[in-house]
Amino acid sequence: MRGAKSAKWVIGAAVVALAATACGSGSSSGGSDDGVVRAWWGDPQNPLEPANTNEVQGGKVLDMIFMDLKEYDPKTGKANLEAADSITTTDQQNFTIKVKPNLKFSDGTPVTASSFVDAWNYGALVTNKQLNSYFFADIDGYDAVHPAKEGAAPTAKTMSGLKVVDDHTFTVKLTQKFSTWPDRLGYKAFAPLPKSFFTDHAGYLNKPVGDGPYKIVSYTKGSSMKLVPNPYYTGPSKPKNKGVLLKVYTDSNTAYADLQAGNLDVLDDIPAEQLSHAKSDLGGRYLNQPAGIIQTISFPLNQKSWNAPGMDKVRLGLSMAIDRKTITQKIFQGTRTPANDLTSPVLGTAGGYSSDIAGDATTYNPAKAKQLIQEGGGIPGGHMTIGYNADSGSHKQWVDAVCNSINNVLGNDKACVGAPTGTFADFRNQITKGQMTQPFRSGWQMDYPLIDDFLTPLYASDGSSNDSHYNNPQFDALIKKANAEPDTAKATVLYQSAEKLLFKDMPVIPLWYQNGEAGWSSRVSNVTENAFSYPVYTDITVNNG
Amino acid sequence: MGRYVIRRLLQMVPVFIGTTFLIFVMVYALGDPVAAMFGDRAPDPATAAQIRHDLYLDHPLPLQYVHYMGQIFTGHFGKSATGQPVTELMGTAFPVTLRLTLVAFAIEAVVGIGLGLLAGLRRGRFADSSVLAFTLLVVAIPTFVTGYLLQYFVGLKWGLANPAVAEGAPIGDLILPGIVLAGVSLAYVARLTRTSVAENSRADYLRTAVAKGLPRRRVVTVHLLRNSLIPVVTFLGTDIGGLMAGAVVTERIFNIHGVGYQLYQGILRQNPPTVVGFVTILVLIFLAANLLVDLLYAVLDPRIRYA
Repeated sequence: MRGAKSAKWVIGAAVVALAATACGSGSSSGGSDDGVVRAWWGDPQNPLEPANTNEVQGGKVLDMIFMDLKEYDPKTGKANLEAADSITTTDQQNFTIKVKPNLKFSDGTPVTASSFVDAWNYGALVTNKQLNSYFFADIDGYDAVHPAKEGAAPTAKTMSGLKVVDDHTFTVKLTQKFSTWPDRLGYKAFAPLPKSFFTDHAGYLNKPVGDGPYKIVSYTKGSSMKLVPNPYYTGPSKPKNKGVLLKVYTDSNTAYADLQAGNLDVLDDIPAEQLSHAKSDLGGRYLNQPAGIIQTISFPLNQKSWNAPGMDKVRLGLSMAIDRKTITQKIFQGTRTPANDLTSPVLGTAGGYSSDIAGDATTYNPAKAKQLIQEGGGIPGGHMTIGYNADSGSHKQWVDAVCNSINNVLGNDKACVGAPTGTFADFRNQITKGQMTQPFRSGWQMDYPLIDDFLTPLYASDGSSNDSHYNNPQFDALIKKANAEPDTAKATVLYQSAEKLLFKDMPVIPLWYQNGEAGWSSRVSNVTENAFSYPVYTDITVNNG
Repeated sequence: MGRYVIRRLLQMVPVFIGTTFLIFVMVYALGDPVAAMFGDRAPDPATAAQIRHDLYLDHPLPLQYVHYMGQIFTGHFGKSATGQPVTELMGTAFPVTLRLTLVAFAIEAVVGIGLGLLAGLRRGRFADSSVLAFTLLVVAIPTFVTGYLLQYFVGLKWGLANPAVAEGAPIGDLILPGIVLAGVSLAYVARLTRTSVAENSRADYLRTAVAKGLPRRRVVTVHLLRNSLIPVVTFLGTDIGGLMAGAVVTERIFNIHGVGYQLYQGILRQNPPTVVGFVTILVLIFLAANLLVDLLYAVLDPRIRYA
């Protein structure tokens, strides 16, 4: 009997515990969701600070809550003045920026010249550990606040190149001539910050404040964010809905199920498994267009074997041995577009995209490919691998397909195999340390829709992401000349002539442009994506809302 | 009894230190978390060095472990990749997972023991064979298959439940994932109960009880079931820990922002504080559950005494 009694207590305790935890669940966000767009979201990887956000999910939010000096047109990618009244220069090196008067942050405080200058100085200072610091590297005095050497302490807190003239005017001095520099200012690292960012930093991170079309009303880290139109916003992209609810999902397959069940309105991460039937599932409410992301295979040019004379022919031959069209259709279900240059179609032809700049370097031509590889002396050691990280993005499938394509051309099924590395971090680490001895997968997501962003960081000899260790003084000189050219059209031509060199030297093989996709429910209309493949939330309308 | 508990508690100390150290080393071995933060871009050495210093990554591994453990004992579990304190993550994740675990546990215990009792009382008959077939099927199908199938049919095709759990994880939404999570264990519980019941129904004390003229209900519940539950309780007890830690797949499929999801995120973003912190708590739960099971033996079986 004693035992039975204790057993009752145990059960009783379990019931009480269950009831107690059940009570804690009533935390669903109240209020009506009429006219509010419910959109998929991934948990941002870093705190939501403009100079510290370098991935899409955080970028999406910054795009909604900030208006920069310039903003990129969602359709053409062209940089238009928004928060700035004018940006002028006479020598391509000293710029005078006038901020529009009467702009306000969503907390009601004014946007002034120092909102920008303070924010940029914060982003550049090395002790603030901002991942996007290098965006300010062109500004005079950057070296003092952000010494290049590991462990060196900054000698100043602010950049000498930034000067506030009056409430709405400031000047910028660059380290060298750079005519297209103002077009970079649409990147969110250049966003202005309100006073509260500096006075109550922790509070700011819990609920960021900006000057953009939307204002954050609530933010539950790791699960959701609710945004409503910012009452102080006077810019051109006034929201056409009553707000956006961003919902974090653990898995995009789950989000896809929720989209079909009508619990989610916009999903811009359609899982690969669903691609083949997404169009019919969603009744055509699906879009698929090239984005500012290019995938490539980089050669380790710091290794003698891949950089020896004649190897340029082998590299070119390998590029021609890849059947891009079949791979993008069969493996990616058409969500990649075969690449024919090293930029992206989102730039538009005026911006520097060209479909014929590569000549036949990206055209599948088995006979010529085999001939070129043999002329160049064959694959070093008769065997190559393509490195990739196995933890994300289903790289295995396409790497295997690319190798197959190369093997078929060479008639040797052991010429090329994939070489997985366990994690992305480890993979990047090996690349950064220059330890790669064989070709490896690489990708580039543009920071801003300018041709310069697809070339300088990746192929200039001192480029911040020159993973292939490409070094061509002729290329460097052309980039420098292009940066100093005041006329944008002429500058673009110069950038393109630099790009042409890359198809001669082939430090990388262009593979394909990644597409942006989105599916949406019948509850919303006017879903489009901008050059960054973010949904243009301000344009989305809610039906019968 | 008291001495026994103290001895068991002391034994937990080396187990705790050993497991946390192993996890710490394994997470560390995954690679450089700072390089991953910069995405496809080469990290800027000055910024990377600052971040490393901030995360105590610029010290040798054993020192990092000592530093970390020192922090834990003062209640600081470090920060996740997003800069959120890990304790805050635990505060949101553990209640959700606990709710899911309790739902799954209730389903597993009630249905599992019920099916086992039914099969054990009707040995060799149709009910017994159907339970056998059913449990075989459940054990054979991996969780993610049952998860996606139930999500598709119950959630999408028939619209009986939400395919994804809403924010805050209300109990109603947790029933479907609870069934998926309970599935495999439920089968084991049913099989264990069946064997035990079948065996005990031939025992002398049971024949005595029947001979005394006790009502059948009392014979089955008090005499037969209570004695048959000893192995089942062992399994159920250790399974609580397993359910809490093993919900990674289920939580991902059904959009439950619980422990499994946070662990997955921590591993994906190579954030040692998140992974080690959550695992530490899970280790404690395992240890406590095991102790509780051993103590429950004494409750169920008067012959067992701890000294």
